[in-house]
Amino acid sequence: MTAARLTAALAWSALRTQPGRSLVAALAIAVGIALGLAIHLINHSAVAEFSRAVASLAGEADLSLRGRMPEDVFAALAGDPDVAVASPQLELRVNLPGRREPLTVLGLDPFRAAALAPQLVGRPVEAPDGGRGPAGGGLALLEPDVVFLSPAALEWLGLAPGDRLPVQVGVATRELRVAGSLPAVGAGRRLGVMDIAGAQWTLDHPGLLTRIDLRLRPGADPAALRARWADRLPAGTRFETPGESGERGANVSRAYRVNLSVLALVALFTGAFLVFSTQVLSLLRRRPQLALLRVLGLTRGGLFALVLAEGAVLGLAGSVAGAAGGIAIAALSLRLLGGDLGGGYFNGIVPALSVSPGAVAGFVALGVAASLAGCLVPAWSAARARPAAALKAGDEETAMARVRSPWTGLACFAAAGALLSAGPVDELPLPGYAAVACLLVGGLALMPWLTARLLTLIPDAWARRPVAGLALTQLREAPGYAGIGLAGVLASFSLMAAMAIMVASFRVSLADWLDHVLPAQLYLRVGGGGETGFLAPADQEAIAATPGVARADFLRSRALSLDPRRPDVLLLARAITRDRPAARLPLVGDPVPVPRDAVPVWVSEAVVDLYGVRAGDAWTLPLGGQGLPVVVAGVWRDYARQHGAVAMAMEDYRRATGDARVNDVAIWLAEGADPGRVQAALRERLGAGEGLSFVEAGELRRISLDIFDRSFAVTYLLEVVAVGVGLAGIAVSFGGQALARLREFGMLRHLGFRRRDVDALLALEGALLSAIGVAAGLGLGWLISQVLIRVINPQSFHWTMDTAVPWPLLLAVSAVLVALATLTSVVAGRRALSVGAVRAVKEDW
Amino acid sequence: MRDAHPSPVVRLRDVSKAYPGGASVLRGLHLELTAGEYVAVIGESGVGKSTLLNLVAGLDAPDAGEVEVCGAPMARLGDDQATLLRRRHIGFVFQAFHVLPHLTVLQNVALPLALNGLSADHAVVMLAAVGLAAKGQRKPRELSGGELQRVAIARALVHRPALLLADEPTGNLDPATASSVLALLRRQVAATGAAAILVTHSALAAASADRVLRLTSDGLVPA
Ligand SMILES: Nc1ncnc2c1ncn2[C@@H]1O[C@H](COP(=O)(O)OP(=O)(O)O)[C@@H](O)[C@H]1O
Ligand SMILES: [Mg+2]
Repeated sequence: MTAARLTAALAWSALRTQPGRSLVAALAIAVGIALGLAIHLINHSAVAEFSRAVASLAGEADLSLRGRMPEDVFAALAGDPDVAVASPQLELRVNLPGRREPLTVLGLDPFRAAALAPQLVGRPVEAPDGGRGPAGGGLALLEPDVVFLSPAALEWLGLAPGDRLPVQVGVATRELRVAGSLPAVGAGRRLGVMDIAGAQWTLDHPGLLTRIDLRLRPGADPAALRARWADRLPAGTRFETPGESGERGANVSRAYRVNLSVLALVALFTGAFLVFSTQVLSLLRRRPQLALLRVLGLTRGGLFALVLAEGAVLGLAGSVAGAAGGIAIAALSLRLLGGDLGGGYFNGIVPALSVSPGAVAGFVALGVAASLAGCLVPAWSAARARPAAALKAGDEETAMARVRSPWTGLACFAAAGALLSAGPVDELPLPGYAAVACLLVGGLALMPWLTARLLTLIPDAWARRPVAGLALTQLREAPGYAGIGLAGVLASFSLMAAMAIMVASFRVSLADWLDHVLPAQLYLRVGGGGETGFLAPADQEAIAATPGVARADFLRSRALSLDPRRPDVLLLARAITRDRPAARLPLVGDPVPVPRDAVPVWVSEAVVDLYGVRAGDAWTLPLGGQGLPVVVAGVWRDYARQHGAVAMAMEDYRRATGDARVNDVAIWLAEGADPGRVQAALRERLGAGEGLSFVEAGELRRISLDIFDRSFAVTYLLEVVAVGVGLAGIAVSFGGQALARLREFGMLRHLGFRRRDVDALLALEGALLSAIGVAAGLGLGWLISQVLIRVINPQSFHWTMDTAVPWPLLLAVSAVLVALATLTSVVAGRRALSVGAVRAVKEDW
Repeated sequence: MRDAHPSPVVRLRDVSKAYPGGASVLRGLHLELTAGEYVAVIGESGVGKSTLLNLVAGLDAPDAGEVEVCGAPMARLGDDQATLLRRRHIGFVFQAFHVLPHLTVLQNVALPLALNGLSADHAVVMLAAVGLAAKGQRKPRELSGGELQRVAIARALVHRPALLLADEPTGNLDPATASSVLALLRRQVAATGAAAILVTHSALAAASADRVLRLTSDGLVPA
């Protein structure tokens, strides 16, 4: 037998003699890999679909001009000598009565578009009656109320060519005729295409363009064209190459994606840790046997390889199972939740799962690497042990002496502190995540030392009874061994506690925020999410004059593009007075005084982070053709818009843009007015149907918190998994220790320990250890939660929150963990002792 | 002195034992042991010596016959009662020492005292009696095999049991150490006034006993 074969055979038999522990360790790796791969695949599929959509919009254009602009820009650009073809577009998210999600509709000039993006030109379907039906002939392309829908949109809306599509314009409903489909548009993309003039007219955005695609003459330099037009373009527009547009798509959900991936890595980390503790315990138990192998002639390198081989087997088994699970989870989630896992980043895109073998192989390799990393330290210490000493019982603690020093742990904590003082890297809180990892490793490394310290704090007087005394003495003398067993509890419980504290803090802050931003009783919204629903000035007057309405605050919201590489921010114009902005906005920090003649705006925390403006700064907003000079008068907390929001007074907005339309209304009811009656009266006065949605403040609050809870459901699930894995870890580690201590129990039975004395011994040990683990886990969890709350959340999502600790939940979980650990310890001991005291003492130490 | 009229500490009557699936090990065994009596049981390996000790200690039950220790019918006691009797009246010495590795030598010796709710003071005396007064604070891994067995002897006798059971106590020791441990055992058993059954396959070990019995497949016969 070669050395390698011998190593393999020994590793395999070691794993097989402790199947439970091997299984749990492999399972933990599997969970981490499954989650990580699933999140990667889902995102990869969604981003790929998004990029395809971006690419299909751009077609074969060399350059695009993006941003809201008047039509005359098109005429000017088309006349540029370098431009071969210019294709104007109007992209609108159109409100659909009775649906929450809008439909993206492109208005384009079919003849110009045919040259650049032929897939966007509709294919008319002959009307069934053969006449000049709703979809007759090529001229249908130009009719103002004709729309062509992509296959995905047709399926989503349940329509076929020839049907009518009701859309909301203002508060009224208009009907478009579905004249055919867009067979060449990607299968996952919901899209409608209209003639541009028809779209401007029918959807009530006259004279507006949002994009002009350009094909340049051969030899023309795009950079030169850009430079030439740089200061002739309206504010808020700029040139972009197709590559730049795609980049923005991938950026949209990046922080969210990284956040989820880190959660998956945490699971993987816990897995690596379980492999570590499995291996440490198994090696401690096998120390005399391994020493014997060394005495028989196994080299240090051979022993090292043996332990690593065990880890590799665990890692590979876990990773392969995890990869299969991950693909299954990804497929299922895409079907049930869509490409953004409920995050709301990729509306209108339904991606198909695309599995790349490279990614799968990468994740399997990651799992094996994690497992090997977990084995490294135990393998090294096993190989280093002096065989003569290792043959003797009780030598494990000498091996543990190094582990009992607090310095490694403290060094990790110091490293975490250093990392936290660094800012985000590439706009991602990577140092923050690294700090969390350091805190975890440091906490785990401190565990044996902390256990020893805490155990000496327990007065001997508490342990008068012989069983208690023995339990305490043994634990005090062998805290290294015990501490390793605890590590599983600590890792999973501290992460669970950290997440629980973070989520609770977030939820409490969100609830406060909602109270602040929802001061009125009734809210009227004209088509959420879309751009074609609005209230004209006449509608606004009618609302204010409706009986039962004491006061109505109008709000205009629209997208504002401040940076081509970033998603749009939302501009909110509303009734804000410059003296008392806090009445409408949840300000953080004090507002700064603004000169009388300046236009004040208040920006959300995300704008501060993303665009680098501070309170007091002078700034320019791309509003009203030229840029509008403004002054940042304050910063507010916004949980609704991660990409940033800018608030300004309604009269400033109207003066700058001449836009008198609004989207939302906050309504204070007159004393004694019945909300239902007022709603009915408003509907009647506005003559509007499904397009108007009323919601009472309490309900809006409830809906918002529901959405919050739903979007954290994945997190809760991961927490349950983490705690489950941690408990399984406790079970196997106590089981392993009970087996290792079989002869001890056998001897105690000979000395006169009753079964119940042994049970009591184990219960006491289990309770003490898990209580220490849970207490340490709470402390560590609190530290990690502070990193999440103060560093990772603000850097990822650009919002802050106040800490709120969910004590009842944490204490309940703590109690359950301690109880289960105690029970596990007793059960493990019982199972071990079932072989009988007589046989137990027969074995050699 | 313990008893004016020595009544048997151990009484076996017609005891038989077979392991499930195996041939019978003990058949029709008789044995009576008076207080302070030191008996050696010799026999080949596998003949059933350890089984005999387990029956006496109440760790296993005979298929037939009666086992009495200090007047109590071991086989008819429940597990807890047998354990309590063992805790109070029996001391054990094993071939493989079985000293708890994480406790100090002194703590190991004091274990039976703690279990019986007695003061730990006597452990120091006992440790001195086995010649290890200086090593009370040491950990077992720092001791030699002979020293470990002396710790085990101190532990077995520290609570003054009526009966000491020793299963090949010198099996793991070299001849010189073995004879000094045997002498010590003999001395300490005498000092405690306990009865003892010493199981061994060494003739040398048996020589120190009051009475030597040979266990054969036909029962216990005087050697
Ligand atoms: N738990 C058991 N199950 C089955 N057979 C056993 C068991 N324990 C011992 N034996 C068998 O019983 C016989 C006596 O064993 P034992 O009393 O240990 O012998 P000794 O101590 O004299 O060497 C041996 O043949 C042994 O194989
Ligand atoms: Mg034997």
